Amino acid sequence: MRYLPKSPSERQEMLSAIGVRSAEELFASIPPQFRLKQLLELPGPLSEAEIIEFFTKRAAENSVGYTSFLGAGVYNHLRSVVTDAIIQRGEFLTSYTPYQAEISQGTLQAIFEFQTLMCQLTGQEVANASMYDGSTALTESVLMADRITGKRRVVMSRAVHPEYRQVLATYARNLDIEVVEVGYTALGQMDLDALRGLVHEDTSCVVTQSPNFFGVIEPVAKITEIAHKLEALSVVAITEAVSLGAVKPPAEADIVAMEGQSFGLAPSYGGPFVGVIATRDKFVRQIPGRLAGQTVDGAGRRGFCLTLATREQHIRREKATSNICTNQALCALAATVHLCLLGKEGLREMAAQNVAKTQFAADLLTKIPGVKMAFSGPVFNEFVIELPRSVKIVNSSLRREKIIGPLAIGTWYSELSKRGLVCVTETTSRADIEKFAAALGRALAEPL
Amino acid sequence: MSNRRPQSDGHMYRPEGLVFEKSASGKRGFELPPLDVPAVNVKKALGAEFARDEVSGFPEVSEFEVIRHFTRLSTWNYAIDLGMYPLGSCTMKYNPRVNEFVARLDGIATEHPYQPIELSQGCLKILEVLQDCLLKITGMDAVTLQPSAGAQGELTGLLLIRAYMESKGNARKKVLIPDSAHGTNPATAVIAGYEVENIRSDANGQIDIEQLKRIVNEDVAALMVTNPSTLGVFEQRISEAAEILHKAGALLYMDGANMNALAGIARPGDFGVDVMHLNLHKTFSTPHGGGGPGAGPVVVKKILEPFLPTPVLAKKPDGTLSLDFNRAGSIGRVRAFVGNFGVLVRALAYTLAYGPGIRQATEDAVVNANYIRKNLEGVFDLPYSSPSMHEVVFSDAKQKKFGVSTMDIAKRLIDYGFHPYTTAFPLIVPGALMIEPTESESKEECDLFVDAMRAIAEESAENPELVKTAPHSTRVGRLDEVGAARKPILRWKPKPSDKAAD
Repeated sequence: MRYLPKSPSERQEMLSAIGVRSAEELFASIPPQFRLKQLLELPGPLSEAEIIEFFTKRAAENSVGYTSFLGAGVYNHLRSVVTDAIIQRGEFLTSYTPYQAEISQGTLQAIFEFQTLMCQLTGQEVANASMYDGSTALTESVLMADRITGKRRVVMSRAVHPEYRQVLATYARNLDIEVVEVGYTALGQMDLDALRGLVHEDTSCVVTQSPNFFGVIEPVAKITEIAHKLEALSVVAITEAVSLGAVKPPAEADIVAMEGQSFGLAPSYGGPFVGVIATRDKFVRQIPGRLAGQTVDGAGRRGFCLTLATREQHIRREKATSNICTNQALCALAATVHLCLLGKEGLREMAAQNVAKTQFAADLLTKIPGVKMAFSGPVFNEFVIELPRSVKIVNSSLRREKIIGPLAIGTWYSELSKRGLVCVTETTSRADIEKFAAALGRALAEPL
Repeated sequence: MSNRRPQSDGHMYRPEGLVFEKSASGKRGFELPPLDVPAVNVKKALGAEFARDEVSGFPEVSEFEVIRHFTRLSTWNYAIDLGMYPLGSCTMKYNPRVNEFVARLDGIATEHPYQPIELSQGCLKILEVLQDCLLKITGMDAVTLQPSAGAQGELTGLLLIRAYMESKGNARKKVLIPDSAHGTNPATAVIAGYEVENIRSDANGQIDIEQLKRIVNEDVAALMVTNPSTLGVFEQRISEAAEILHKAGALLYMDGANMNALAGIARPGDFGVDVMHLNLHKTFSTPHGGGGPGAGPVVVKKILEPFLPTPVLAKKPDGTLSLDFNRAGSIGRVRAFVGNFGVLVRALAYTLAYGPGIRQATEDAVVNANYIRKNLEGVFDLPYSSPSMHEVVFSDAKQKKFGVSTMDIAKRLIDYGFHPYTTAFPLIVPGALMIEPTESESKEECDLFVDAMRAIAEESAENPELVKTAPHSTRVGRLDEVGAARKPILRWKPKPSDKAAD
């Protein structure tokens, strides 16, 4: 087998040195009735060429050749080949969590740079080394808010990504956390009047997402003010990180939970991505996950190490702030490289292109008879359209023209049937948008 | 501290500054294609309330500076690709490059989790084949691939147990955890809403069956056990433990962190395990990447299947695959979308490469661990003499006499060109040296490791200061971790003078 570096005679030599005749003897401590008598019936073994062939065939059974207008937490953005070249260097790819700081300075410094970038983007003071993804970052942020406030009642916007809300529900159920939902207005923003009625003295935090699931930018400053009036924290989720190149960061918020997939990571059917938690300095000891910090060695040279580990599971066991061990280091590295490439100007320009393309698409689509914007609030690169008929029927017509149309959000919001979420980024060409609009027009003109 | 580095360091070996320190206004490393629709005024489009000016302090560097910066940083890391990485319990094996290649294919990396199911059959097929392989390897009945990593797999497993117990009318209160367990086990049990009762291992470091008999009652939901244990030893009475638990209506959870000792040799499903998680970044070779991403699938017995997270992979009567979101008993989601799909792709590529031959990999891993044990026995103290499987745990008892600790030996190992083993774990071995070579190491590499360890043992007796002040060959010495925690500096900030100029 090509991955195993022993010749048959070396194997024998090692067995003799150990003092056994066969490898089988080394498994004698397993009771015999549990030892398999034959090889498992697994597919393979496959050579490298056959592995590539297997996955190439699977790829052909997917959506290659289709133009997609899907977003909803996973976005298609330009990615530089440089990012992949860097993260595939064995020194990054095949290293472990950097506990041994002297031989992990590469990973540690990159994490320190990642933490800095995340602070700059979110307007917060401290960010961790990353979480699994945006959904778990949000859940961990809520648990963090509960620890800080000592309260267990959460008021959450219904315009937070439905799957993020579902994840929180899974965790909350066994921790006696009550989650109360607050609705949205005709603008597609959180209903602030309703919010005022729902935030009480026993509320740990108010959770919003901006831009929210409908693509609408939320008035985070106003929401935070309402939360703070009753000493609740303000937690803000961000699923489209590129928005931070154009949209004011939630600097007033107390905890920001972000999905960083938009920064150089492929959609990859939903993962691996990179979650981020950013917060205020005063809450740093309640933050879950790894943190890299700057320090010095004995000769006074600058170096970096994992720090404040006393919050973590391997030290604190059942008293830890979270059970998380890994972060998404390689994904965080990809985001770091990507953001260094984009830089201040590239990020601003990318974000501006998203706004321009989105306006162009919204204008064109709403010219089609019967198609309306569902909400009137400001959007970044996603918006909900209202159609005169079922989104699913429209989408099956679009599919014949090799277009993956808007996401039917009635799946999660029964009151929003016939509404579809459209996403347009800098990767969507004008021709794609025009083709989509023409096909949508034809689909709606078809007899039912 | 002695600084034995040559004074004439080349330019390449100088500390690499932070990217922010290389930044200069007007540089850029990426250009976008020109906008092909009318430009808009962002401030007008979003409104002054929402529009942002600029990201203050954000780096401005050229493409080549980015390449150089991160390439230089990479040279400051140790990695499996450079040499043996014998971290016990972490299973640092070769990460095949074809796995990276297939995960990046068009039609794999490019796919959106919400695209129509008809256009996702390739992705779902990958999930189906991987599920099937994992079930065969573990001897279990059903699986979820959703959990993001081992710790989330543990949580999922415990939530499944809780849901099952609730369906029987009583969620129960406690989870039993041996003192040899990974720290995640107790941390996870708390998040699943359980109290933790720590149980002591017996004199051989194994589950104490008599003690278990005494404490298992209707308050106990489960026992979480790692098998082979963190001593690298098979729990010989595991099926008895399962029987005791089952008789009291409790379940057996197995932490699959050490599955690299069992794949193709024995199946947890056969020895009474009800639920376990797998770390695909350990046994199934997906890269650790400096600390993630991983994936932590959970395999279960039939009784737990109704509670699996949604969505669950389903087959339609016409043979096409779909995702079933509609399951009344489900514990819900543990994360968005289907899981770390890209990691699952890599794990399947690995499994397909071996097929039934995965047994050979397991055998080689166990041969390597025992070879190292044989060669270091007597040189280092072996606190438990039970037979080792994929890893061996020594203690620093012999070196302690000279004031040398496991951490010192680990740091000295760096000077010999190896990554340290796992130090100070498991907690039941004071001053532990936990060594897991994996199947990926050749005899030559194992011999070099043994030589290094023997040399360090000699140094510990003859020149303990040399060991205690190690490493001497790295570009930074031991770092002031206490200072880092006392006054945390967790981000770069511009110097006040720079800010004024901004």
